[in-house]
Amino acid sequence: MQSFEFLRAENASAAIAASARSSTAQHGASVRFVAGGTTLLDLMKLNVERPVHVVDINRLPLDKIEQLPDGGLKIGATVRNADLAQDPIVRRDYAVLSEALLAGASAQLRNMATTGGNLLQRTRCMYFRDTSTPCNKREPGTGCSAIGGANRTLAILGTSEHCIATNPSDMNVALAALEATIHVQGVNGERSIPIADFHLLPGNTPQRETVLEPGDLITHVTLSPPAPGSRSFYLKLRDRASYEFALASAAVVVTVADRKVTRARIALGGVGTKPWRSNEAEALLTGQPVGDPAFRRAADAALHDAKPQSQNAFKVELAKRCLVYALKQVT
Amino acid sequence: MKKSAEPPGPDSRGGRLTRRAFLASAGTVGVATVINSQSLVGQPMNSVAGSEMKAGAEGAVTVTLRINGNEHHLRLDPRTTLLDCLREHVVLTGTKKGCDHGQCGACTVHVNGRRVNSCLSLAVMHAGDEITTIEGIGHPGALHPVQSAFVAHDAYQCGYCTCGQIMSAVALLKEPCGPKDDDVREAMSGNICRCGAYPNIVAAIQQVRGKS
Repeated sequence: MQSFEFLRAENASAAIAASARSSTAQHGASVRFVAGGTTLLDLMKLNVERPVHVVDINRLPLDKIEQLPDGGLKIGATVRNADLAQDPIVRRDYAVLSEALLAGASAQLRNMATTGGNLLQRTRCMYFRDTSTPCNKREPGTGCSAIGGANRTLAILGTSEHCIATNPSDMNVALAALEATIHVQGVNGERSIPIADFHLLPGNTPQRETVLEPGDLITHVTLSPPAPGSRSFYLKLRDRASYEFALASAAVVVTVADRKVTRARIALGGVGTKPWRSNEAEALLTGQPVGDPAFRRAADAALHDAKPQSQNAFKVELAKRCLVYALKQVT
Repeated sequence: MKKSAEPPGPDSRGGRLTRRAFLASAGTVGVATVINSQSLVGQPMNSVAGSEMKAGAEGAVTVTLRINGNEHHLRLDPRTTLLDCLREHVVLTGTKKGCDHGQCGACTVHVNGRRVNSCLSLAVMHAGDEITTIEGIGHPGALHPVQSAFVAHDAYQCGYCTCGQIMSAVALLKEPCGPKDDDVREAMSGNICRCGAYPNIVAAIQQVRGKS
C-alpha cells in the first residue's frame, strides 16, 4: 500500500476543501474519503487505489435516517448498510432496498459499508483489480483484458469497446428502481442528482464512473414517498447462495389495479456497466394485464440491446428469467 | 504422515526462533522500514479543522485505542489496519489474518458491539471506539457460551477460522436473525471455513440460541 496522509474531517466544509485539492474525483484521485473502508482499503492493498490523502468522514453528522415532511425518506451518506436494511420505514415502504442490501456482502461488511460508499462501489472485474494486466478503467489507453478474456461475470448492457466492467452494487439497483436522488455538497454549494444521471457509461472514458468532481461530498440520498399501492421486490441470482456478487438481479416496484399494471419501475443488476434502469421494459409493461406474456415482453425489451461477451451469453436469458420471476412476486 | 518435529510455540526454543517469534520480529522491522520511507516522502500528519490526531515523528500517528476494556497508546503508520494493529502492535494474536481483503471473516472483531472485518479498517479510524477481540469475550475457565458450544460440538478442524467464527456468532446473538439453520448459515456466510466444519458450527450456534 502506498503511504498516505491520514486526515480526519470534523465538518463537511473541511472535508470538501481537502478533497478539492485532487485533480480528479474519478479513478486516480489523490484524495479519497474513507467511511466504511470496505472498497477503498481493499483496492489500496492491491495498489489499484493510491490516494496521497485519506480523509476520514466518519465524524460528520451524516449517519441519520429521517422521514421527510412529504412522506419521503432522507438517508445520510454514512448510514451503514446494516442499519439501512433494518430500518423499520425502509422495511415497510421500500422493501426492495432492504432486500437488496441484505442480499449484498456479509453481515460484517454491511456493518461497515455506507450508503455513500456503496454508491461508489468499484467493479469486481479481475483485470481492474490486477495491476499486472492492461485495463482501460485503471490505466486509460492500455486496453481491455476482459474483452476476449475472463468475462463470465461481466456486463452485457452499457458496454463499450473499451470496458465491459459490471457495476457490482445491489443497493444501487434498488435505488435506481426507487428513482433515488443523490445530494452532493461541493466547492460551489449543494446540488442534487437523479441516480439515473449519477453513474456514467464507460464509453471511451471508463476511468470516469460518476459525475462527481473534486471536492464533491455525497451528503445524503432521498427517496420519494412510496407510490400508493405499489409492491416491490429484489431478486438476486448468483453462483452460490450467499456472499457473492450477482450474475443477474432485478429490482421491481410495481402498482397493479384491476389486474393491470398501472406503474412499473424496473432496474437490473449484475448485467450492466451501471445500475441498469429499463425505461423500455417499464413502458411495455404499463397498461398490460399481469402475467407471463407481458412480463416476458418486458424482459425481452430490457435485454434487447444486450451484447454478450465470449463467456457470458447465458446472462441474457438469466436476466430475463430473473426479471419475469421478480415481477411475478409482486403482482 | 510424520508429525512436525517443531511444534509451534510462543517463544524461541533451543536458540532457534519459532515461527511466531520470527513473524513478530519481522513485523516490527517491517513497520520501522515503513515509517522511515514515509519520512522521506515528507508527509507530516495534519488535521482538518482540529483533528484529535497528533502529528507524529516520521509520519507516524499517535492514537489511543480501547481494546477489551484496556487503553493502548499507540504510534502507528496510518496504513496499519485494525487487524495488523491488534496482532503486531498490541500482540493480541487471537484475531487471524486470512485473505486480508474482507472475503474470509477470519479477522472478525467487534467495534462498539458490532462485528466487522478488521482487515478493511484503518486502526487510526478507531479512536474512541470500543474494540473487542476473541481475548475479550472469555478465557480458559470462564468461556463465553459460544466458545463452550464450539468445544462441545467440535465446531472446527484446523481452528484457524474459529476465532472469527466465534466473534461473528457472538454478534449474531444480538442481531435480527430467523430461527432456522438456514438463517444462521446466511448470517454466518461472511466466515469461511476451509475445513468445512459448517454443520457443527451451525449446531453450536443453534444450541446457544436455544434453537437446537
